[in-house]
Amino acid sequence: MNIIVCIKQVPDTTTKVRVGKDGKHIDPGGVKFIVNTYDDFAVEEAIRLKERFGGEVTVISMGPERVKEALRMCLAMGADKAIQLWDPAFEDSDPYTTALILSKAIQQLPYDIIFCGKQAIDRDTMSVPVYLAELLGLPQATLVVKLEVDPNARKFIAYRDIEGAKEVIEGLLPAVISTQWKLNEPRYPTLPNIMKAKKKELKELNAAALGLDSAQVGEKGSRVKVLSMELPPPRSKGKILKGDPREVCRELVRLLREEAKVI
Amino acid sequence: MTFQLTEEQRMIQMTVREFARKEIEPIAGKWDRESLFPEETISKMAEMGLLGMMVPSEYGGAGLDTVSYSLAMQEIAYACASTSVIMGVNNLVCEPLLKFGTEAQKQKYLVPLAQGKFIGSFALTEPGAGSDAANQKTSALLKDNFYILNGTKMFITSGSHAKVFITTAVTDKAARHHGISAFIVEKGMPGFSIGKIEDKMGLRASDTTELIFENCRVPSENLLGKEGEGFKIMMAALDGGRIGIASQSVGIAQACLDAATRYAKKREAFGQPIAEFQGIRWMIADMATEIEAARLLTLQAALLKDRGLPFTKEASMAKLFASEMVNRVAYKALQIHGGYGYLKDFPVERYYRDARVTTIYEGTSEIQRNVIAKLVLSTED
Amino acid sequence: MSGNIWVIAEQRESELKKVTYELIGEGRRLADEVGSKLEVVLLGKNITHLAESIGFYGADKVFVADHEALEKYTTDGYAKVITNLIKAQQPAIVLFAATTMGRDFAPRVAARVGAGLSVDCIELKLDENKSLLCKRPVYAGKALVWEAILTRPQMASLRPNVFRPARRDESHKAEVEKVPVEFAPGEIRTTVKEIIKGATGKVGLTEASIVVSGGRGLKGPENFYLVENLAEVLGAAVGASRAVVDAGWKEHAYQVGQTGKVVTPNLYIACGISGAIQHLAGMGSSKYIVAINKDPDANIFNVCNYGIVGDVFEILPILTEEFKKLLAES
Ligand SMILES: Cc1cc2nc3c(=O)[nH]c(=O)nc-3n(C[C@H](O)[C@H](O)[C@H](O)COP(=O)(O)OP(=O)(O)OC[C@H]3O[C@@H](n4cnc5c(N)ncnc54)[C@H](O)[C@@H]3O)c2cc1C
Repeated sequence: MNIIVCIKQVPDTTTKVRVGKDGKHIDPGGVKFIVNTYDDFAVEEAIRLKERFGGEVTVISMGPERVKEALRMCLAMGADKAIQLWDPAFEDSDPYTTALILSKAIQQLPYDIIFCGKQAIDRDTMSVPVYLAELLGLPQATLVVKLEVDPNARKFIAYRDIEGAKEVIEGLLPAVISTQWKLNEPRYPTLPNIMKAKKKELKELNAAALGLDSAQVGEKGSRVKVLSMELPPPRSKGKILKGDPREVCRELVRLLREEAKVI
Repeated sequence: MTFQLTEEQRMIQMTVREFARKEIEPIAGKWDRESLFPEETISKMAEMGLLGMMVPSEYGGAGLDTVSYSLAMQEIAYACASTSVIMGVNNLVCEPLLKFGTEAQKQKYLVPLAQGKFIGSFALTEPGAGSDAANQKTSALLKDNFYILNGTKMFITSGSHAKVFITTAVTDKAARHHGISAFIVEKGMPGFSIGKIEDKMGLRASDTTELIFENCRVPSENLLGKEGEGFKIMMAALDGGRIGIASQSVGIAQACLDAATRYAKKREAFGQPIAEFQGIRWMIADMATEIEAARLLTLQAALLKDRGLPFTKEASMAKLFASEMVNRVAYKALQIHGGYGYLKDFPVERYYRDARVTTIYEGTSEIQRNVIAKLVLSTED
Repeated sequence: MSGNIWVIAEQRESELKKVTYELIGEGRRLADEVGSKLEVVLLGKNITHLAESIGFYGADKVFVADHEALEKYTTDGYAKVITNLIKAQQPAIVLFAATTMGRDFAPRVAARVGAGLSVDCIELKLDENKSLLCKRPVYAGKALVWEAILTRPQMASLRPNVFRPARRDESHKAEVEKVPVEFAPGEIRTTVKEIIKGATGKVGLTEASIVVSGGRGLKGPENFYLVENLAEVLGAAVGASRAVVDAGWKEHAYQVGQTGKVVTPNLYIACGISGAIQHLAGMGSSKYIVAINKDPDANIFNVCNYGIVGDVFEILPILTEEFKKLLAES
């Protein structure tokens, strides 16, 4: 199988978010980057499919020079090839244009299945996998927690995590699958595989190589634009109740009804 | 000069950090409280290649450099010092096998040790011979292709979990330390048994045991190196081992600093977070500075070793400074936690106990000073 | 171009989801501000009867796509019907629910009609040109951004439990228009084989308006019933901290936090949860937070509106009883 995984490099979950000088992005100072949490499940699932059915896993990421490290991490996990998509014109792409850039790269490759993490933990949109499926003319299964693939029948069955239930859907390959926590347990790269990752192919493609015009991508091509970023207001100090358990419980119930009006 | 890690070294650091923080840190407290050996985690670490990091791949190792080893030890120790000492000793045991082992010994012992199929112990100390390791009493007598070992070893890390023990014994008493030889002893060899399992202040998830040799029959092909080379073999291994303990110290110290800063920002006194008090801020500044100094000394020693340059003095300096540093840092970190630091509820209490041993094992601070002084004074003027 | 405000209703099993009323409430507000109509699109099978009640909540018109093939939600089914309708009617603004359903098909529709889409919004406003601006959380709620939508129609999906739901007024009536629906064989590329309910009890964690969560302070899975009893009395969903899930007391489906579910109920009750930053990321934007913890220094007390310093084993049974009394009275 030809398996493609789209990954994003994002600030570490422990990043202290501060608004940057431009008032639109976070302050990049001291930020450590990691492979997006949900993309680990995508890479793992791709490698497992390859181990089971044979084939090749290609990881793709749009982003500046630093994303090479994220791509190498995926190679160390067991992906075979990596492609970095970057061009200064790609800066500030919205989810739609990001998917457009990814779709152009994918169209140059053979593919049977495409994995994405369900969302990137920076912009949290969950939209890129859906746009990507649309742009490639493929069906999709988002929020997948269990996946069965039959490469001969070219079919998949996906268990999706929806509110209070799992939805089981069936469809034909190729398809875009967005991966949710619980799908698998991503492996840690072994130390020898980290060393081998350096020798694997990592290709770079820019706008021209993807046949994209700079007006189609980045901020220019975007349909949504960030105007400003702010930090949530600090919560005012709460009321702390101490003392006789019966008393404090009564008081809490009263406050919730009369002050907060939530009961 | 700045110490610049290579891309691979950074990736190793990131990978081991993620592993340690996700798989080890959340349960390290439980292991400590219940003195549980982290069996499952050790086998996961084996799969990742952490147990034979500097062993070439043809012998089942990860084929990495000492700098990477130091980075990995720091990350594991950050999460759990006990786990890091198990890892450290296993890596330590691989080294003499690689350098002095015959091809057959390497195939039989080094490969599975490096792959972590089983783990190893390093048995030098005796009840009456610690710092003065040359004064050991365990004897080995060659008889019909077997060495017959008699004696007791003390303080042996992983004693009750290891399968293979690199052990020293005296083959020629008159020759003093030139009369000590090294042997590969396997669990189950007749006359070999595990004695007391020590009840320790810290490192409670790592077992430290007595080993008892009562007419223990070790096949002569299990002699490591030549007769009389034992002391040299063990001392050479300890040079590298000291980089491991220095790294462990840096890892524990970093955990202390992170816990202390987190706490200081959250805890309020006199109407403000305690992190606002100069007295606390200066402690944090000193801690951070000392950790950085120790880290650089440690990586410097590792780099010298990787370049094939003499590193005994630097390894001793790193071990001395880092181990004393982590005790100062743990003290301050606990102090910043106030009364809560004295409770088992916060990990700093464990760090404090775990840190204590670093100035003792693999050569006490006093012995490190002896080594350093000797090397400093021996330079010609 | 109609220039109207649209709401895409969400129903499952012929039952309108609560978020639909929230969308209508916000849609009505925007329509009144722009001076246009509020129109609701309803899809499903045997759901035409719901159109009337949608009218009670303030819609001027309801487009009903009632068809066999729309019985269960599919990406392709919904995307096609809504895309065609938008192309025909040209609304100015389209609002979706930022539920697993809305987030699954809204980008498809947006891509097909060339619309800009802002997702998971918590506040909407119109600028001087009546152009839509959306506020949405990023970095798991650690920051908020205002986004402008540059292409039309302007689309936004709204986070459940944030916007005020519309009020029912039976004197308000909506015009109902049937939408012809047709699918070629194979046009819907995925089929729903099964919906397995119950991973998280009756109310979905992310849509519940009250969530009661338990943490390590409960000491063991055998004590979780304390949290469940309270949740039952309140009709709340049950959640858990990561520590509890890691320890295997609860399945991951219950986990609230950075690596679990992000919830924004009106009321979040944290029982025996210390309030690690990772947990706060999952519930920090709840409207009201109640914390019950033995440790007066627990971080959770820094973010709660109301806190009880006390032992969960003592407090929870009493609190459950008190709520029971109160709810029996009203
Ligand atoms: C948890 C733990 C794990 C261990 N694991 C192992 C292991 O796996 N394998 C192994 O072989 N050993 C191990 N050891 C033993 C350790 O290496 C010894 O404890 C250490 O070398 C000190 O020896 P000792 O305890 O006999 O102290 P002693 O040598 O009796 O020292 C007592 C004191 O005298 C000081 N002193 C001694 N000589 C001098 C001198 N010349 N000048 C100044 N001061 C001096 C020492 O510094 C110390 O302060 C372990 C110990 C511990 C506590």
